[in-house]
Amino acid sequence: MRQPGGPRQQRRHTPKANLSDLYQRAFKEALGKLNPKIMIRNPVMFLVWVGTLITAVLTLNPNIFGVTETSAVFNGLVTLILLFTVLFANFAEAVAEGRGRAQADALRSTQTKTYAQRILADGSMEMVSSADLRRGDRVKVKAGDMIPADGEVLDGVASVDESAITGESAPVLKEPNSDVASSVTGGTRIISDELIIRVTADPGKGFIDRMIALVEGAERSKTPNEIALTVLLAVLTLVFLIVVATLPPPANYINSPVGITLLISLLVALIPTTIGGLLSAIGIAGMDRVAQFNVVATSGRAVEACGDINTLVLDKTGTITLGNRLAEEFIPVNGHSRAEVAAIALAASIFDTTPEGKSIVRLAEGMGATLDFDRQKAEGVEFSARTRMSGTDLPDGGEARKGAVDAIRGFVRSRGGQAPEDLGRAYERVSNLGGTPLAVCKDDDIYGVIYLKDIIKPGIQERFDQLRRMGVRTIMLTGDNRITAAVIAKEAGVDEFIAEATPEDKIQVIQQEQAAGKLVAMTGDGTNDAPALAQANVGLAMNSGTQAAKEAANMVDLDSDPTKLIDLVTIGKQLLITRGALTTFSLANDIAKYFAIIPAMFASAGIGSLNIMGLHSPQSAVLSALIYNALIIPALIPLALRGVKFRPLSANSLLQRNILVYGFGGIIAPFVAIKVIDLGISAF
Amino acid sequence: MLQGCVQIALTLAILVAIVPFFGRYMAQVFSGQSTRLGAIARPIERVLFAGAGVAAKRPMTGTQYISAVLMSNLVMGAFVFLILMTQERLPFNSTGLSAPSWDLALHTAISFVTNTNQQHYSGETTYTYFSQVGALGFLMFTSAATGIAVAIAFIRGLTGQAIGNFYQDLVLSITRILLPISLVGAIALLIAGVPETLGAPVQATTPEGALQWIARGPVAHFEIIKELGENGGGFFGINSAHPFENPNNFTNLLETVIMMIIPASLIITYGIMAGNPKQGWLIFWMVFGLYAILSAIAAIGEFWGNPLVNNVLGDIQPNLEGKETRFGWALTALWAVSTTGTMCGAVNGMHDSLMAPGGFVTLANLFLQIIWGGQGTGTAYLFVFLVLAVFLTGLMVGRTPEFLGRKIEKREIVLASLILLIHPIAILLPSAITLAFPETLSNISNPGFHGISQVAYEYASAAANNGSGFEGLGDNTLWWNLSTSFSLIAGRYVPIIALILLADGMTRKQSVPETNGTLRTDTVLFTGVTAGVIIILGALTFLPILVLGPVAEAFNLG
Repeated sequence: MRQPGGPRQQRRHTPKANLSDLYQRAFKEALGKLNPKIMIRNPVMFLVWVGTLITAVLTLNPNIFGVTETSAVFNGLVTLILLFTVLFANFAEAVAEGRGRAQADALRSTQTKTYAQRILADGSMEMVSSADLRRGDRVKVKAGDMIPADGEVLDGVASVDESAITGESAPVLKEPNSDVASSVTGGTRIISDELIIRVTADPGKGFIDRMIALVEGAERSKTPNEIALTVLLAVLTLVFLIVVATLPPPANYINSPVGITLLISLLVALIPTTIGGLLSAIGIAGMDRVAQFNVVATSGRAVEACGDINTLVLDKTGTITLGNRLAEEFIPVNGHSRAEVAAIALAASIFDTTPEGKSIVRLAEGMGATLDFDRQKAEGVEFSARTRMSGTDLPDGGEARKGAVDAIRGFVRSRGGQAPEDLGRAYERVSNLGGTPLAVCKDDDIYGVIYLKDIIKPGIQERFDQLRRMGVRTIMLTGDNRITAAVIAKEAGVDEFIAEATPEDKIQVIQQEQAAGKLVAMTGDGTNDAPALAQANVGLAMNSGTQAAKEAANMVDLDSDPTKLIDLVTIGKQLLITRGALTTFSLANDIAKYFAIIPAMFASAGIGSLNIMGLHSPQSAVLSALIYNALIIPALIPLALRGVKFRPLSANSLLQRNILVYGFGGIIAPFVAIKVIDLGISAF
Repeated sequence: MLQGCVQIALTLAILVAIVPFFGRYMAQVFSGQSTRLGAIARPIERVLFAGAGVAAKRPMTGTQYISAVLMSNLVMGAFVFLILMTQERLPFNSTGLSAPSWDLALHTAISFVTNTNQQHYSGETTYTYFSQVGALGFLMFTSAATGIAVAIAFIRGLTGQAIGNFYQDLVLSITRILLPISLVGAIALLIAGVPETLGAPVQATTPEGALQWIARGPVAHFEIIKELGENGGGFFGINSAHPFENPNNFTNLLETVIMMIIPASLIITYGIMAGNPKQGWLIFWMVFGLYAILSAIAAIGEFWGNPLVNNVLGDIQPNLEGKETRFGWALTALWAVSTTGTMCGAVNGMHDSLMAPGGFVTLANLFLQIIWGGQGTGTAYLFVFLVLAVFLTGLMVGRTPEFLGRKIEKREIVLASLILLIHPIAILLPSAITLAFPETLSNISNPGFHGISQVAYEYASAAANNGSGFEGLGDNTLWWNLSTSFSLIAGRYVPIIALILLADGMTRKQSVPETNGTLRTDTVLFTGVTAGVIIILGALTFLPILVLGPVAEAFNLG
């Protein structure tokens, strides 16, 4: 069982990032990024930068490359606009990085350098800095200490305050050899007792470090889609470079020579500066959004893959239903009374500390049942996956048990008893209600069935519906019997379910889906989930899970909320949509820019009718197009950072919408904007 | 006016009627299904394969396929070059022609092996019957078949099949498609009055008493593969405007339709081979729509005629300069659009004399390369644009873009971009060089905007493997022969290499099942977006040169 936190909105998130001087800092960095060595990473903007330098020279001496018609003032204005184009693009990137860095700083503040007691081979201790700890080292921490590194509990039981990373203020119990409680995170604080921990990450490789690196954009390697898009933009830039570079001879041939400033203006207007300037900001902001969700991704590739997911494999418990099933009703069988069932159920559950066990106790006590034996003399029998039951060995030698109906049936038979006829009916009744039936027995006599009610998370049905519209199929895995599983599946609206599932089923389902060419995402927390997490295209591990699970996964949710997988699908899609939409917008813009600049360039060739916008003069036309080209970058920064709004629609309706907004919008908007700017300029 | 519209509509209707049957037939041929022709063709193919020692059934890898294309083309080109250079000593030289200059022979060989048939010569006075029929006629079949084979390999790759064997597809293209249709078509032309003889030119006395030599030759069979294979290399200098190549309206109709049937039907073939006939038809109608619009622009331009002339006449008269009166403005305009759209390159009138809208349309066709497009390659380019459209739109719906269930990733974009990039390089670069030294290099006959059109047209025709000439250029010079040879080779083989690598890569990709989140590519919406991508990418690249050429010319005419 997990120990999930409360509903997400009630939780305090990662320490609040400090954004106060974000813009001042970003502006300073935008200047710093003018360094050619940095600029060259973005070929589109690099070209604009080179153009700026050339026009700057032409401002000082307009005739340095031969006599031209453009004046020093005009060249100077062009230079200024181009410089701002480059700066705006740098600024977009700097703002995105700044936001990430602010978040990273906030995280880093939780991570102070500490000292730790390292246990040496001979059992003695030495005091070392946390920076000197290596994977495999064993350390001892005691109440009040900061846990020096990510690790796994080897010995001891202690409570740990993990609020620094999860925002959950209640301390968490840590103990060895447990799926949920044996892993600790560096930077969290132990508040009681002591633990011996095996370090599982070298310094700088822990979770927080990874998260910091990712949101800062330091370790940002381009994702496959981003690379493909960069190639396309580079080729388009090259095409336009050829177009512009081959223009002077024909222009000279018709005695309508074109100056270098105008050629550079045309080139900058044509090459995809809008998307080129915003591309890296989009990527960084995407990672930032993931981090804001309190999820650590190991790579941008994993986030992008979320958008491609075809199938979600989800555990029922904790994802689809609230983690805790509650006892709802006792159903007597075999002629027993309800009170008798309650008494035996109470006896069998008194040592059961799981939420289910506690709820049985509560229900039984509420019905007036009491213990008729000395609790101290009785002994609890723990649940195991093999026996699938738990219970109590009573002082008088009696054995009270509760568990899966099959298991109890077997138990009773082994004690010489027989299952009553009406057991099957009670079992079916509970199953048909979508509940989990637990049989209760004492020795060879089955008393009745406990109806454990599963509560489906509110709103989950809508989310599955959205996923279905986006073309994502959901498969629910549950240990429940078929009937119960079918009822829950229907109620929650999943597409498929696998009942009585074992961890091996998980990996099998994933492999089956992948064999059909699908991309699969899943969540998991246990060690036996690790192979499936590794097999899945997107594996989201719970922070409360074991180290093995976290290492196999490519994302870790610090809040341990498996429902987040659904949000991640949206973030992944949003990332791609933002890129595609802005690329389309950028290309569509070129039409208007052509209509502004070409007539201005060849004003003497008698093609005045092409000036359909009726721009004031050739100079004002070129300047208007360039100003639009520069201003559109900061205008779109908020969109790039926030991402295009994603609606859970089918691909075709989504395309229709986005083509309308960014395609047609991209054609029309610049015509209007350039005309308005031109009116402004000609007023001077 | 009415007559012209009826003529155009009739031609288009015949095309639309033929396409579904022919498209299905080609799909059957290349899917290895039996056809009625198979019984006759199979023994011939068996002999050919055995004689050549080709293990034709074995599918090739991408690199094997590419080297097969390049090697076979190199050998064929070299062989033809040798024949041309030694034609003086070879048979059927009834007019006693000597060898052409080396650069002309080289340009001719490259031009024909690339399925372009750009001609910097007049056939009747430069090449012997043997050179024309034995060397150039041979390449007309093999270069067309090469294009079809590449298209089929590309379609197979896109749909996830092995790309197949080049030699097998080459032979099948000839024995099952090109040869049978040529046989029937040549007989039809023969009946309609096209000559087919090995006899020497005839001497005639004109009514004025002057002596005249009338050139003739084995024209009929040469003419039909010229159109069917989108070759376009005329037996005579003035091509299908010559009464012996295209004597009347029947032959004109036959030749117009037949130059379009293979590229138009290949789109339907794709739909059938991809198991999605609907998509095939959607793309067909998209191209058809663009073709109809461009035809209308050209036809209206010719119908309205020259404003300067109209001013003198005080009446609107169609522009008949450079046209054969037996075809008139409508059929000449339709032919001009068809021949530049399909990369056939045969002409039945002089494109140099088209009004500015006609010049614009023919140039736009050469720039876009997909309004039916070259033999096989045009269809493949169409799918390259589809891949690019899928990439942009795929991102916009929030998934890694996929086409026919296969992901479009960096490799695909690099290869598609290469095709996008090579065309402006092969056209704009040499055009700029030529126009930079107009006195020494260009030999332009009409200065000004029209001169720019002439130069850009010549390189566009070479790079698009079209072969038609705007004419008016003195193009049999060392510079023109060599510089257009560069455009011919770059425009032919770079895209073919990229296409095969693209298809080969797609073959190996795992196919992703279709879900609600998959962008369907067989919708009107997506097809419309593709048309937008084609027009915008094409326009962005070539708008400046179009503005300086035909657009400026149109505005300056008034």
